Amino acid sequence: MTSKIAPVILILLTFFYLGLFLVLPLAAIFVEAFRKGFAVYLNSFNDEYAWSAIRLTLLTAGIAVPLNVIFGVVAAWCITKFEFWGKNILITLIDLPFAVSPVIAGLVFVLIFGRQTFFGEWLLAHNIKIIFATPGLVLATIFVTFPFVVRELIPLMQEQGVLEEEAAVMLGAGGWDIFWRVTFPNIKWGLLYGVILCNARAMGEFGAVSVVSGHIRGETNTIPLYIQTVYDGYAAGASAFAMATLLAALALITLIIKSIIEWKEKRRER
Amino acid sequence: MRNPKQHNVLPGFGLTFGFTTAYISLLVLIPLSLLMVRAASLTWAEFIKTVASPQVVASYKLTMGASFLAAVINAIFGFIVAWSLVRYKFPCRRLIDAIVDLPFAMPTAVSGIALTAICAKNGWVGSVASIAGIKIAYTQLGVLVALTFIGLPFVVRTLQPALEDIDKELEEAAESLGATKFQTFTRVILPSLMPSLATGFTLAFARAIGEYGSVVFISGNLAYKTEITPLLIVAKLEAFDYAGATAISVVLLFMSFILMFIINSLQFYGRKFK
Repeated sequence: MTSKIAPVILILLTFFYLGLFLVLPLAAIFVEAFRKGFAVYLNSFNDEYAWSAIRLTLLTAGIAVPLNVIFGVVAAWCITKFEFWGKNILITLIDLPFAVSPVIAGLVFVLIFGRQTFFGEWLLAHNIKIIFATPGLVLATIFVTFPFVVRELIPLMQEQGVLEEEAAVMLGAGGWDIFWRVTFPNIKWGLLYGVILCNARAMGEFGAVSVVSGHIRGETNTIPLYIQTVYDGYAAGASAFAMATLLAALALITLIIKSIIEWKEKRRER
Repeated sequence: MRNPKQHNVLPGFGLTFGFTTAYISLLVLIPLSLLMVRAASLTWAEFIKTVASPQVVASYKLTMGASFLAAVINAIFGFIVAWSLVRYKFPCRRLIDAIVDLPFAMPTAVSGIALTAICAKNGWVGSVASIAGIKIAYTQLGVLVALTFIGLPFVVRTLQPALEDIDKELEEAAESLGATKFQTFTRVILPSLMPSLATGFTLAFARAIGEYGSVVFISGNLAYKTEITPLLIVAKLEAFDYAGATAISVVLLFMSFILMFIINSLQFYGRKFK
């Protein structure tokens, strides 16, 4: 008797917990955004500050993500294809941003480039703006998102070993050819997954960029910071949630792509 | 640096190793060590005065307490979710499996305003709770809700592979030897899941300690009551008190590193006893 009831209770609890904590917040974003109707929703985007926030987010992610992809592939190659002293230290260092509060990630760059330091004064004298400007946003974003790609690739490349690559060397292939023709086809789905996760986080990062941005409207407000400004401001409600629907949609697309990739992997294994 | 015993024919070690270490040094190592250097330039009295002030101590209590409780909630419900996903077949199972990662993919600021909307007095959950006389948004309970949300995937995702790996034959052997379902669970299944459960718990705990974006909207940020430690760092920075911000950051970093050390040890322990 108990063996029949227990599964039902556990499954119901699963639905209840995930419904309460995941589905309700997600639904709330869209309900709040469309509360005053579709016209009001569209009108939220009729704001030059909203568009400059969208452009800045695309620009920041457009710089940070490709750099982290290059780093991710290079670091994963180094860690999985070679044995060397200090490998575990290197892996720990790669994980470090996961352990550091995003607020602290922003703070370190303020401490380096801020006006209160010697270096900061030099930058100011030469009219180079890093903090409270786009370069600072990019740096903070890179810091927070760089483990994503390499973390995805390391287990994948470890599993595949080095035999195929070694065979390619024996057959006379150069490093570049080996990567593109032997390694890349094996890791492309994992890489894609790492890229979309990295991108979702880069576009949505809040704590770290909030510290380095200075919240200058139209200049250093990314979408998440714009949401905060609007949410705390006079109009509140609808337009903050309208912008939030963009990022929520991005999150949903990320989850869909992730599921498709996992499904493909499972099918290949069979 | 290279292990001389190993002859590796693959190209690119020097280049990739050099690039990797340079990238990490420039972006992570040097900035974080500068934070330490900067903290070291404070006098001990200054440091203590900042990190032990009543307002800051109240924030540690809230941050640690709410993070711990959130991790406990996630350990219990995460176990149930992972168990259901691995062991049972039911409608929408794949959809549910996919949505578990939502807190990873959703920007924290968006989660923050969404949770605030449902927990506020007139929100879906808040209105029900207020009938019972419970306030969620702008109280410590709100902080707990946000931290539970962001830590939700960790326990599920660390337990899932471990649950899939459990040898069915062990369970069958236990039952054929006369163990009840409950005994099989507590004596056979649970022990082999402990390392993964503990890892997931600690990961959720560590993530919650540093969390900022999802909490600041729902907490209301009342001094001594609903201020989390990362918020105080931001507040000090906005007041241009760089020394104060640095001092609190060092304390917060220290807590995170201890947890990271525990996670690594747990994973080591888990591998050793597999």
